Amino acid sequence: MSASPHQAYWRSNLRYLVILLSIWAFVSFGCSVFFVDWLDQFRLGGFKLGFWMAQQGSIYVFVCLIFIYAALMNRLDKKHGVQED
Amino acid sequence: MGIQGWTYLLVGLSFALYIGIAIWSRVSSTKDFYVAGGDVSPLANGLATAADWMSAASFLSMAGLIAFSGRDGSRYLLGWTGGYVLLALLLAPYLRKFGKFTVPDFVGDRYYSRTARVVALFCAIFVSFTYVAGQMRGVGLVFARFLEVDITVGVIIGMVIVFFYAVLGGMKGITYTQVAQYCVLIFAFMVPAFFISFMLTGQSVPQIGFGSMLSNEPGTYLLDKLDLVLTDFGFQQYTSGRLAQADLFCIMVALMCGTAGLPHVIVRFFTVPKVSDARRSVGYALFFIAILYTTAPAVSAFARMNLFNTIQGKAYAEAPNWFKTYEGIGLIEFQDKNGDGLIAYTGDEATNEVVKIDKDIMVLANPEIAGLPDWVIGLVAAGGLAAALSTAAGLLLVISTSVAHDLVKRSINPNITEKQELLFARCAAAGAVVIAGYFGINPPGFVGQVVAFAFGLAAASFFPVIVLGIFSTRMNREGAIAGMVTGIVFTASYICWFVFIHPEINNAEHWWLGISPEGIGTVGMFLNTFVALIVCRFTPPPPEEIRQMVETIRVPKG
Repeated sequence: MSASPHQAYWRSNLRYLVILLSIWAFVSFGCSVFFVDWLDQFRLGGFKLGFWMAQQGSIYVFVCLIFIYAALMNRLDKKHGVQED
Repeated sequence: MGIQGWTYLLVGLSFALYIGIAIWSRVSSTKDFYVAGGDVSPLANGLATAADWMSAASFLSMAGLIAFSGRDGSRYLLGWTGGYVLLALLLAPYLRKFGKFTVPDFVGDRYYSRTARVVALFCAIFVSFTYVAGQMRGVGLVFARFLEVDITVGVIIGMVIVFFYAVLGGMKGITYTQVAQYCVLIFAFMVPAFFISFMLTGQSVPQIGFGSMLSNEPGTYLLDKLDLVLTDFGFQQYTSGRLAQADLFCIMVALMCGTAGLPHVIVRFFTVPKVSDARRSVGYALFFIAILYTTAPAVSAFARMNLFNTIQGKAYAEAPNWFKTYEGIGLIEFQDKNGDGLIAYTGDEATNEVVKIDKDIMVLANPEIAGLPDWVIGLVAAGGLAAALSTAAGLLLVISTSVAHDLVKRSINPNITEKQELLFARCAAAGAVVIAGYFGINPPGFVGQVVAFAFGLAAASFFPVIVLGIFSTRMNREGAIAGMVTGIVFTASYICWFVFIHPEINNAEHWWLGISPEGIGTVGMFLNTFVALIVCRFTPPPPEEIRQMVETIRVPKG
């Protein structure tokens, strides 16, 4: 494959994607499906931890992930001079 | 003023607001009609996406579903929110950079093929129609319950309203009406939740309230009490699940990828000015959705608790008003099996006397069950209508854009003028409203069932093709078409086999690897990707200009 002018930019983007999507998969499938019963032995106030992750915590993490990605990419765009305007 | 008076007033006011916005935002160009001119602010787009996304099902049915399935209900909560992470990271910014009007546009251009465009077009129309019929039905039901008009009249009123702002204002009208509808629906959802949370736990924020102690039993947490009473009466514990993990996983993946692949959600991110706006806008959208989605499980727990407290062991003759009302319209059924005149509500079939409780009434009846003032009940009706109408409008726009732009302009007659194209778009929107209304009044038996599977189909068809189109420069026409066809045929046949042909064996024993028809879209999606990658290896690579196009959509500039 011929070298693209934005290869470094794209590679950093892919690295962010792998990291953020691993967190996404960990909270949604790890904490809320596969290890939920194990997490239930801990408590968070009136919640069992696994139950809280499955019905509340994961959603908060999702919102944060998107804003973190947007911020990281804005910085990356500037670093490589590919931002709009 | 009674419940009906308040309902008329609040529904009337909200409708007047929507029509006012429609008149203010009339459009004259196809770009305005399809993507609101492409200059919607990311915040407004986030609000509109949230209203577009949250349908009658999210507003009315979801909390009820969770109330009766406990922790297993989280598959809906996470499935329908986690998809936005995929949308923000894998799709929205690149499709915005691509900068056309529709999803079939992207598929057709990226895979340099009219066949691919037409396949995508029919998938988009099919998914949107099954969805929209459900929304019109929701409108009819709310009207029938609260304003005591016939369902048919209710659907027609809903059609007129949607017709007005979708046909006049296109995407621009829809966007700004959806912003208003979000405000109405979130207010309507939160007010009763605050009240009920405060009454039960003394903590008015429902997200904290359902993990707090009961105000009438200090020292006991609400969820522990709920688990205790439910298990005492033979029900499944509220905070534990019983679905198999593999199935739960598949259902969640199908819902997430389906959400990210739904055409009416994707198209919203064509309306913001910049790539960076598209990324941020998905974040706003999920934030606004999360307000409702983190409140819903709290409402579910409160509702289950209140339901239990208000009917269990009470004399039938003194049953609360709402119990009688819903019994009257067939949504609750009571049989006094042991003839003692008391209501026994238990998890054991032999002794349970409340033989039917429709899940959908949990949100509608919740304010009544908790004894809240009449205006709150009217507010819930207005909120339910806002949720159904906003989703219906977004879907109708996808249908009209697909017909006018992808079918007429790009596939049949590329020479039509912009004015003619706009006329086609308006006629298609009008036609779609009428067909949707017809299905709302005469729902074919399969609609309700199909809506649930639309996600699996979207996940198995669109999602891999779009992602591969962006992340692989090597993916070609042959691979994409083969993948899409494999995914959709496999998923649709599995669903048909268990749901329509052999419903009697639709259970975990017969399912392949224990995966339910709801979750099979995940397998279809992996098959799609696998077939696409194999076929693409043995067929010629895409032309050089396509490779360059992919390089361009990967960077914001230019």
